[in-house]
Formats: sequence, structure tokens, C-alpha cells
Amino acid sequence: MYVAVKGGERAIENAHRLLAHERRGDRAVPEVSLSQISEQLSLGVDRVMTEGSLYDRELAALAIKQARGDMIEAIFLLRAFRATLPRFGASEPVDTSQMRVRRRISSTFKDMPGGQILGSTFDYTHRLLDPVLTEESMPEQPVLAEAQPAVMPRVTDILGRDGLIESSPAEDAEQPVGDLTRDALSFPAERDLRLQNLARADEGFLLSLGYSSQRGYGRNHPFAGEIRLGEVEVEFMAEDVGFAVPLGAITLTECQMVNQFKGTDTEAPSFTRGYGLAFGQSERKVMSMALVDRALRARELGEDVVAPSQDEEFVLSHSDNVQATGFVEHLKLPHYVDFQSELGLLRKLRKEFHDANSAPDAMKEAAE
Amino acid sequence: MTTIAEMPAGFADKVLSAQSTFRSVMDAMARPGSVQRIEAASGVPSPMMRGSAAIALTLFDQDTPVWLDAAMAATPNVAKWIKFHTSAPVIAGSSVCSFALIADARALPDFEEFSFGTGEYPDRSTTIILQVGSLTEGPAYELRGPGIDGVAILRASIDLPDLLDRLSLNAKLFPRGIDLVLVADDAVVAIPRTTRLTAKEG
Amino acid sequence: MNAPTYNFAYLDEQTKRMIRRAILKAIAIPGYQVPFASREMPMPYGWGTGGVQVTAAILGVTDVLKVIDQGSDDTTNAISIRKFFEKTAGVAVTTSTLDATVIQTRHRIPEAPLHEKQVLVYQVPIPEPLRFLEPRETETRRMHALGEYGLMHVKLYEDIARFGHIATAYAYPVKVNARYVMDPSPTPKFDNPKMDNCPALQLFGAGREKRIYAIPPYTSVVSLDFEDHPFTRYKHDACCALCGAGESYLDEIVTDNAGSRMFVCSDTDFCETRQAEGHRGSESAPYAENRHA
Repeated sequence: MYVAVKGGERAIENAHRLLAHERRGDRAVPEVSLSQISEQLSLGVDRVMTEGSLYDRELAALAIKQARGDMIEAIFLLRAFRATLPRFGASEPVDTSQMRVRRRISSTFKDMPGGQILGSTFDYTHRLLDPVLTEESMPEQPVLAEAQPAVMPRVTDILGRDGLIESSPAEDAEQPVGDLTRDALSFPAERDLRLQNLARADEGFLLSLGYSSQRGYGRNHPFAGEIRLGEVEVEFMAEDVGFAVPLGAITLTECQMVNQFKGTDTEAPSFTRGYGLAFGQSERKVMSMALVDRALRARELGEDVVAPSQDEEFVLSHSDNVQATGFVEHLKLPHYVDFQSELGLLRKLRKEFHDANSAPDAMKEAAE
Repeated sequence: MTTIAEMPAGFADKVLSAQSTFRSVMDAMARPGSVQRIEAASGVPSPMMRGSAAIALTLFDQDTPVWLDAAMAATPNVAKWIKFHTSAPVIAGSSVCSFALIADARALPDFEEFSFGTGEYPDRSTTIILQVGSLTEGPAYELRGPGIDGVAILRASIDLPDLLDRLSLNAKLFPRGIDLVLVADDAVVAIPRTTRLTAKEG
Repeated sequence: MNAPTYNFAYLDEQTKRMIRRAILKAIAIPGYQVPFASREMPMPYGWGTGGVQVTAAILGVTDVLKVIDQGSDDTTNAISIRKFFEKTAGVAVTTSTLDATVIQTRHRIPEAPLHEKQVLVYQVPIPEPLRFLEPRETETRRMHALGEYGLMHVKLYEDIARFGHIATAYAYPVKVNARYVMDPSPTPKFDNPKMDNCPALQLFGAGREKRIYAIPPYTSVVSLDFEDHPFTRYKHDACCALCGAGESYLDEIVTDNAGSRMFVCSDTDFCETRQAEGHRGSESAPYAENRHA
């Protein structure tokens, strides 16, 4: 006698209970708080906000806690929440030249107006595990200096004054900025949609693609023109009052790559641009993004599309880790109906193969 | 000038009214020629009918440019009501509209004045919401095509003498084409681009 | 903190409108894939988000919902999706194919014939039937626009040259209303004939790939084939061990380490209904006993 497998509902409930138990871990250990995550795992929070497309440190911290530190799962949680939010409109474009800069480096000039500001970075740390951190510890207070009131021009603006770099395209009121969360992406995709896609893209995917372009798969001679980190004001144009209302400040990292120059019969040669922008401090992300943005401009700049990083459909269709993880992991779902169909076909083909090869003619031929 | 207080209301229950109206329209589109009823009640700015008002509240929004015929645009009431309740842009050029609202069938512009969509994106085409005299009385038509088990009979009073010619031209464009939604009071019949219409003999 | 609150059937009204418009165009252009701005859903892409969005956009308070995966109402993902709609829409649910007004499915079409009062919603992973022959969307879109399906016929013909058969066992391509070549979702080809001239409306949702398509009721759906290699259905050459059915699609169950196997209906409602009617297979217990097991 055979009884069909049942009880999926209870299995799911029990699995969720076990998951909650394992998330908590050893109950004798104090529970991690959202503010601890937000304050002490802040770069993880920045990544989740960036790829989750939602600027909310507390919700991102909650997502990381709920996801047990699985960043893609946390990004997914934040995205799913974002999809349910009502939309009041779009903010005014943020002006990063007005950023209150906390860190700013350029690899193209030794010094420039506003100077280099090293700020907080792992860059020159020696990667030695620090035994002090195995216990609770209180680091020294940071060194303070007077804030410089001067606005820091962007390095690309300095180059742009002499026409040495292509100008950024001017805003076109007739050409509304696309939004791939509101319309399905179609190809060819213009730069507004490409940049939105890259801003939401998986950091690891962009890192590998950007790296591949440096190693010669679609090389575009990048210089890190400038990377800046700091706070910018977000403003919203309220139709009722007729002017832009400040909503608050957000932390952004911006990267402007200065890339190989290009000229035509009618235009003097100038450097080209690659751009990256992310929430929080996300330097690896914005640098990778800028490399890939530049690579994806191949079509526009009349370059041959020969490498994966230049292939718009390939990059944009596979950059989203929430989509990618869903489809890879869906292989865990039952597929036995299709498998049975395939199994049946395979058995039939094998039987025909054996019948054909064991037929008298075949044996005779084999003997000859 | 109409104030907001004087403007006809939208759905009392937005969520469920939109759902039931959509199902009526979906059933109409899936079974061309079948007469579906709109049950959801809302305010109706003249000269719209109950059915077209409910369809507007269900399907229009900021992403769907809407074109009004001269009869609909005779007073600002309809445009104001649509903008207020749905945020849909009411536009002057019919060629890029998602929906066209037609109160006077005799003055319906040629189908070429609307969007047929493209070969790559035939979905980017205009849906015409055409108010007619009746969807139960009048000359009989035979309908054939997807959604129809053999042949469907529709009796309707549609004041559009060249209806059959227009539809047969529309059919030749497939997969591009115009989709028609006929409304008479609370009754709705759809004639998507795949439906073939002939006058019923006798 | 912003405490989440959710609308009837989860989706906000703006999203529902967008999906509803896509559904109407999909019905008007049978077999054509309408792009739509698929949302992140609270379940992963690839686990039925397209089907869930379509269901959420059509579902009303008077609907009776059935959800199946692999033909079964009791597979974990089917349960999970059914629970989601019970919770967010308060909708009545059933396992009975006959009683359901909306059936969401993954990988199967129910054995019992569908009727006019029903909508069948398919979960679709890769909606583009030409995708594995041509990965570029710009190319496949052009092929559909021109009705240029030579590539597909070449592929099927190469199968015949190599294997003596068309080597596609599931997601077997069909032509809808003599125009669009369409992916029926990964249903076994056994189910293909059920799509043809079906009284129910069939809707297909692909969330990750952001496409919705449809087959209106009573529409011609033809499995691609060749005159000398006509389309054939496949099922295991056996009867269901529980209900004795000889014409249903069967799952193979391996029963011991020696490779013994038996076959049972993949459609659990079909099988249980037959058992309730008194049908018996080689391995079935008396019906009442089985029920309570």
C-alpha cells in the first residue's frame, strides 16, 4: 500500500519556526540591535540600501538582521518593501558639486581646489586582524579640523572648463528620465536606464565586469578622476507651493572616471566619462559602476562591442542579484513533472539506440 | 466653473469596484460579443455613460494619455473629472493616446488617427471606448475569432455606417490594430482586433 | 519605523491597473508577450511572481482560488502561494478543479476539463520560446514581429536528424491563433492539447522576465511539428497505482533501493476525486483509510 506524501503546510510552518530559532542563535548571547547593525556594520547597511534602492538605514538594518547577514536576502527584503510604497513623485536632481565632502580623492591631479581629503578609508590599513576588537573597546576620538566653507568643484568640471573632457549631456525637459521599476526595460536602453540598472546592480557582478575591462576585455583606459563621499540635500518640487522643498540630507558616494579620449573629423579629441553613484559609502560599487557605465557606452561612442562588459543586453539582463538569486535558487523547487517527461524521452531514445545497434544488420556490420 | 465639491464622485470602494469592473472588461475582451455588465457605481459626468465612467476609473492613470471626441470635450466636465479622479493626461493629439473616449460614433475619426502599435510592440495601441445606443437591440452581427466558440451573435445599435469596413481593414493590420470596447449604459462588449464581424443575414 | 500595511491582494492599485491593461492587450493579441513593469514580490523571482501578480490583479472577493505545483495542491510552493492569497485577499480556496474560478499553476494543466467560468494562470520562468536559440531580445522581438520562425523549425528538425524524434519533452512550443509562436511554460508536452480550443481563459505571467501573455478561450493552439513527424503526447506506459487511471499524466515514485518503482497521478485532485468515486489502483488502500493517513 502506498500513501501519497502530505503535510507540506506543517512542514513550512515548522521550517519558519526553526529558521527564527537559528537566526537568534545561542539565546545566552545578547541579541544584536538595529542600531548596532546600523552603527557598527554601516557599510553593509549602505550596500543593502544601494542595491535595495531605498534610503532607510533602520529598515536596511532590520533587513540584515532578519536575513541573518545574508546581504542579497536583505536587499530582497528591502526591495519587496519598496515595491509596496506609494510614489509621490521624483526629487529634484541632487547636486554633488554642493556636497558636504567628508572624503575626496583624485588620482589625476596631485592637488586641486578644495584639496585631497583622505577621510575614513581601509585603503592604507595593513590588513592584520586586530586582537583589540575581540573584546569591547573604545577607539580614540578622531582628529578634528575646521570645515572648509569653500565649495569643492568636481575634477571633471575643472577638466571641462578647458574642453578636455566631453561635456555632460544637458537636461532635456522633453526627454523624461526613464524608470525601470515603472516600465519594463527594453533594448537598446539609453544611459538613464543603464545607470539606474547599474546603481541597483550586484556589487560583485559589476566588480568582475569592471575588472575584466581593465584586463583587456573591452579596455577603456580609466583614471579615477574623482571619488567623493559626503552629504547632499534632497529637494522635492511641491507643485502647490511652487518651489523646491528640502526633504533632508543623504550620504552619497560618487565616482567620475576619466577615460580614453575620442575625437572625430568635426570634434577635437577629449576624454570620455564613466559615472558611478551609490547610497552611503560604497566606493568599490561606484568605481565598478563607472567602469561598466563607460564600457556600455561603446555603441554611443562608435566602439566595437567585443567584450561582455560592453554588451548591454548581457549586462543589464543579468546584473540584478534579486532576479538572479531567484532564478538560480528556483531550481530547488520541484521539477519532477518535467523531469519525468524528459526521463521518458531519454528511455525511449536509449531503447531505440540499443535496438538499432543489436539488430542483425548492425551486428553483421560490426563484425565486418 | 465646477468645484471639486460639485464634481461627480469616483468609486465609493476603489479597490473592489475597480476589480469587478476590470473582470467585466476582461471577460468582454476574452469573449468578444458577449454582453458584460458593470456593477460598480460611481458619479458620471455627462455625456459619459455609467460603463465608460467605471472603465475610466479602473484603467486610466498618469501613464495613459486619454483623447476625448468633440462631444466628450464639449464642456470641460469630462476632462476635469478624469484628471481629478485618475490623474490621466487628457491630450489633444489622438495619435499617441492609450484610450479614446467617444460619445458620438458618427464623428469617430479614422482608425489611422489613433495608434496601431508597432510590429515589435503591437500592445502600444489605442483602445477606443465607444458609447453606442444599445448592445441588446438593433441589427444583428455575427462575430468569429479567438474567444468565440464558433460564432457569436451580437444585436447592437452602433451609429457607425462603415463599422464593418473599418474592422476588416483593422484585421489586415494584425498584429497591429485597434481594440474596441462598446458601452451602452452599464453594458459592455469588446471587439478586439482579432474578431471578424459580418452583418447577419435576414 | 514605517510599519508595512498592504492592500487587498497585496498589490497597490497603481500596479494592478498597469497589470490589468497588460492583460487586456495580451488577450487582444493572443500569444504575444506584453512587457509589464513587474514588481518585486514578497517571494523570490522564479518562484511564481509573474503568476502571483496576474492572480492578484484579477482576483475578487467572490473568487475561489486553487493553486497547484507539479499538479499537486500540497507541494510546498503551492501551499505558500495559496496561503499568501488567503492572507492578503481573504479569498476562498479549494483543491477542486471543478469548483475553482481562478487556478494558478506551475508546470501542469489539470486533467479535468476546464470550463467557461474559469481562468487558468500559469507561472512562467522564460516566456520567450526563441530564447535558447537566440539570446538577444532585440533579435527575438524582430522575429516575432515578422512571424519569422524558421530558426525554431531548424532546431526541431535537427533534433529529428540526431535523435529520430523532436527532443523537447516539456515547454514544447506552440503556435497560437496561427500567428505567434508561444512558450506554454514548462508543462509536459502531454498537456499541450489541453490548451487548444479551451473554454477557459489562459493567462501567463513571467515576473522576472516582465512579460504577460494570454490565450483567449476557444483559440487555436497547435504544437509545432512536421508532417512526417507529427506531435505526439507522452506519458508513462502505466496506470495510476492509487486510482487506476490510464489516461492521466503520471509521476514515477522510486519505492526502494533496488529500483522498484510505481506510478501515481500527478494531478492530486483528479486522483482523489477518482478514488472517492470508487476507482482503485494496484497499491491503493481502502479509500477512507487513505484519507485519514
